[in-house]
Amino acid sequence: MSVLVIAEQRGGTLNRATWETIAAAQQTGEALHIAVVGHGVDAVAAEVAAARCERVLVVDDAALAEYTADGFVLALSALIEQEQPGLVFLPHTYQTRDFAPALAARLKRALVTDVTAIRKDGDRFVYVRPMFQGKLSADVAAGGPPPHLVTCQIGAYRADSAARGDAPAAIGKAAIAVDAARIRQRPEAPFKEARQAVDLSQAARIVAVGRGIKAQENLKIAEQLAQAFGAEVAASRPICDAGWLPMDRQIGSSGQTVAPKLYVALGISGAIQHLVGMKGSRTIVAINKDADAPIFEVADYGIVGDLFEVVPAIVAELNRA
Amino acid sequence: MKIAVCIKQVVTREWQLRVNDQKTWIRDADASFELNEPDAYALEEALRLKEKQGGEVVVCCAGPARAAQVIREALARGADRAIHVESDALAAADAATIAAALAAAIKDEAFDLVLTGLQSDDQGFGQVGVVLAETLGMPHATIIMEVQVQDGALRVKRELEGGWFQWIALPMPALLTIQSGINQLRYATLKGIMAAKKKEIRKASVPSLGEPVQQILSLYLPQKAKQTQLLTGSAADAARQLIAKLRDEARVLQ
Repeated sequence: MSVLVIAEQRGGTLNRATWETIAAAQQTGEALHIAVVGHGVDAVAAEVAAARCERVLVVDDAALAEYTADGFVLALSALIEQEQPGLVFLPHTYQTRDFAPALAARLKRALVTDVTAIRKDGDRFVYVRPMFQGKLSADVAAGGPPPHLVTCQIGAYRADSAARGDAPAAIGKAAIAVDAARIRQRPEAPFKEARQAVDLSQAARIVAVGRGIKAQENLKIAEQLAQAFGAEVAASRPICDAGWLPMDRQIGSSGQTVAPKLYVALGISGAIQHLVGMKGSRTIVAINKDADAPIFEVADYGIVGDLFEVVPAIVAELNRA
Repeated sequence: MKIAVCIKQVVTREWQLRVNDQKTWIRDADASFELNEPDAYALEEALRLKEKQGGEVVVCCAGPARAAQVIREALARGADRAIHVESDALAAADAATIAAALAAAIKDEAFDLVLTGLQSDDQGFGQVGVVLAETLGMPHATIIMEVQVQDGALRVKRELEGGWFQWIALPMPALLTIQSGINQLRYATLKGIMAAKKKEIRKASVPSLGEPVQQILSLYLPQKAKQTQLLTGSAADAARQLIAKLRDEARVLQ
């Protein structure tokens, strides 16, 4: 059996999450092939050819210069039918989420998303994935004929644990052409909203608030704590969705990724979309009334309690010292 | 414009999850349920599009009988009618099964636009919308933060990672998966609740469900990545311990 990893690149730059997916695929112990899809992506192919793998396959077509769901489904369904891999691995990025379910549906194959661990059970694989916003984990099995498609959660595998080969792997071109007339999406150039006022990635300390803060007027409790710590205030997505804090204060997959010395999570349950943006923090403190909240899976120090009592006590303690 | 909104009923965030004896699903017999949050944003977006463009908003749900609760709620918020593919087997079904059930129920309705939330708060596959698009032969775009209708076509703002966005143009009919926060939600008025009682809920038959392609072998509490030190006692006690730990052990305070 062979495993095919679909590398992710945009504008000729490799997405680092690809290395995490390579690391995951290597753990299966099966022969690894890596596909690079796009136009003018030789540099990306050369970069991933450093991985310990059988070979790198490039699907190059002018119709794939800009990412589109239709273009990638056409290219990858043809590639998978041609190569007949036993398993297909992809990073669980927004781009993968945009096309992988359609790819699996077109191929009539199972897709297991957001996988954090894989183990062999007899002649099949068992995949671990979060459910219920990360409050539970599930062991799942995929059914139907191979290849099953698997997306690997960002941060679940270490990019630097991907094994490098003794020499670069061979790079080949796949004989696949994409009919541009069948691509229905017309993308414009990616852009950022008005320049971000705060760069939270540089903050040494962050106090972040989540749904547990309950009301906008309660934000002042978090602000007092941030002031006492000398920290920036940040938030999980629902707080920014509600307009209680500006979007540029959002931590998580759709916001900023941070790794401060100190991260204090107030009333944040710890959905995976939030955790990926902060779990690299050096010291994590979680204050939450729910002892089973997933935030406690990554916290160094936890206080299970009412943040409206605990936070003023911490502020008093800091001001007393 | 004829718009379908696919919705799912999920357990409320506050409900304490407990796993059943077989460890294959949660003990949801006594759970409280709500409309999946991203689907609520999809519904709101559909209602706003209808207010601008005219037309009809139809909510579609593939779920057990109890899902009538969220269907009624969607009708009370302003949807015109509903289609319910009703089967207890759909409560914990995989994405392919739910998408197949929805596709069978809506394929003959000739919708101009189909909206779904980007993922569900329970199983969180993030697949149903995109699989449904493929099944219906529609183009799609995901994680959408703005929808513009121009000359019978769509221009939508897609969220990328790390604060990036991208506009995508696509023809209709099309399917979009909607990101939370795209709009401000409305809530049902008393008038809406009364009006909902007279609105049609069509029961659609369940297509023969194929073998599930994804099976839950075991559900359990996640393993901790770190050994968390839980600080206990009164709020003042916990605060005192925390500051001492941060200063002397973690050394993140001066």
